[in-house]
Amino acid sequence: MKIEITAFGIAKDILKQKRTEVEISGEPSIAALRKELISNFPDFEKLASLKFAVNTEYVSDNYQLKPSDEVVLIPPVSGG
Amino acid sequence: MLTKQDYQRYHRQIIIPEFGEEGQQKLKKAAVLVIGAGGLGAPILQYLTAAGVGKIGIVEFDEVSLSNLQRQVLFEVEQVGSSKGQKAKEKLVKLNPDTSFELFEASINASNAMAILKGYDLVIDGSDNLATRYLVNDASYFHRIPLVYGAIFRFEGQVSVFNAETKEGRGPNYRDLFPTPPPPEMVPSCSEGGVLGVLPGIIGSMMANEAIKLIAEIGESLSGRLFVFDGLDFTTHTLKVERQKNNPLSGDNPSIHELIDYEAFCMGNIEKRKIKEVSVAELNKKMTENAVWLLDVREDYEYQIANLGATLIPLNKVKSSASEIPTDREVVVMCKVGGRSQKAIEILQAQGFTNLVNLKGGIEAWRNEIDPSLPAY
Repeated sequence: MKIEITAFGIAKDILKQKRTEVEISGEPSIAALRKELISNFPDFEKLASLKFAVNTEYVSDNYQLKPSDEVVLIPPVSGG
Repeated sequence: MLTKQDYQRYHRQIIIPEFGEEGQQKLKKAAVLVIGAGGLGAPILQYLTAAGVGKIGIVEFDEVSLSNLQRQVLFEVEQVGSSKGQKAKEKLVKLNPDTSFELFEASINASNAMAILKGYDLVIDGSDNLATRYLVNDASYFHRIPLVYGAIFRFEGQVSVFNAETKEGRGPNYRDLFPTPPPPEMVPSCSEGGVLGVLPGIIGSMMANEAIKLIAEIGESLSGRLFVFDGLDFTTHTLKVERQKNNPLSGDNPSIHELIDYEAFCMGNIEKRKIKEVSVAELNKKMTENAVWLLDVREDYEYQIANLGATLIPLNKVKSSASEIPTDREVVVMCKVGGRSQKAIEILQAQGFTNLVNLKGGIEAWRNEIDPSLPAY
């Protein structure tokens, strides 16, 4: 399943762009998405503790993705 | 309790039906604590002062520096080197002499936070580091007062309201949103990551708006929502934030009953990640004793402003230029504050380097502790 994610903060730096399309083979869960991102972008491992938001709500790693889902990753930023 | 002058000064908001005299009276009676008189602090302090908040606390220990003036519009060139807290207060008093200010010229930490927050009805966090954000979150929770949160990075900003009183009890807090801090180099400050000057103006103004609504008890605050703004493409996201059962501060089984060591909490376990560090004092000693191989991973223009004579390989060239770095002796790696150098070491260690040491605190620490004549930027 192809999933588009929108990244903010340092996640945008790691993924090198704001919107990234990821191909998930097998079970389309957030856990699988995370694994796919880490394998393509090893630094993403450092954001392992962050939750993904799907359609404006935070979800757990076993959430099952649908092709129409809007996935957003918002790491903490600390500038002030 | 509003004076004739209050009616004149605040006329434009008193006549707004949802706000009214009642709203103005609530502002007048309120005490709001603002952490930081910097990028976010500048609009927050000015707008809360203008709005008629009766008492405003300012927590700020730093001096005005030239690079502040790109975004901290509260200050002036002639004030570079002066106390930010004092200069902020001087300016704000001229805007509204009826406001009472309490200045805390200190860095807020676990040993003073509870005392500093005491007596305030609301706290607004305009700080610039992750550890302080967790600290202020926890302290505001223990004090049972709402926290207006805002944070910025490059073109992006986040805003929310934590620990607010709602019909269903206290609203979510920062630990519900970010239970575990990522490694420090994943959360760069304005100094390491950069920020467009107008960004804190936008985000800080939104934070002031939330504070006013909470005090005046009008409208709907961002409690339970995280607002994210991307100034680069002008898009916004609003995410739902919910209380988490396993929140160690406010969940079903709280394990945090007092303020903790937030620096340690945010640093993670450096040892676990196998990066050796050296302090500027230790490096200084090493350099006087014998030649040390120094690697600087900053950009060329930074190196031109101030450097320690190191070999310059900017971070994005480190991987491809690894052959230029010796493997047979200790190499000390530095950048501005220690974040990029840590990243460089990780990249090189992945290629098999075992002789690298990170300069803790970077060139900034060297300027603060060893050689204050080094130009700042």
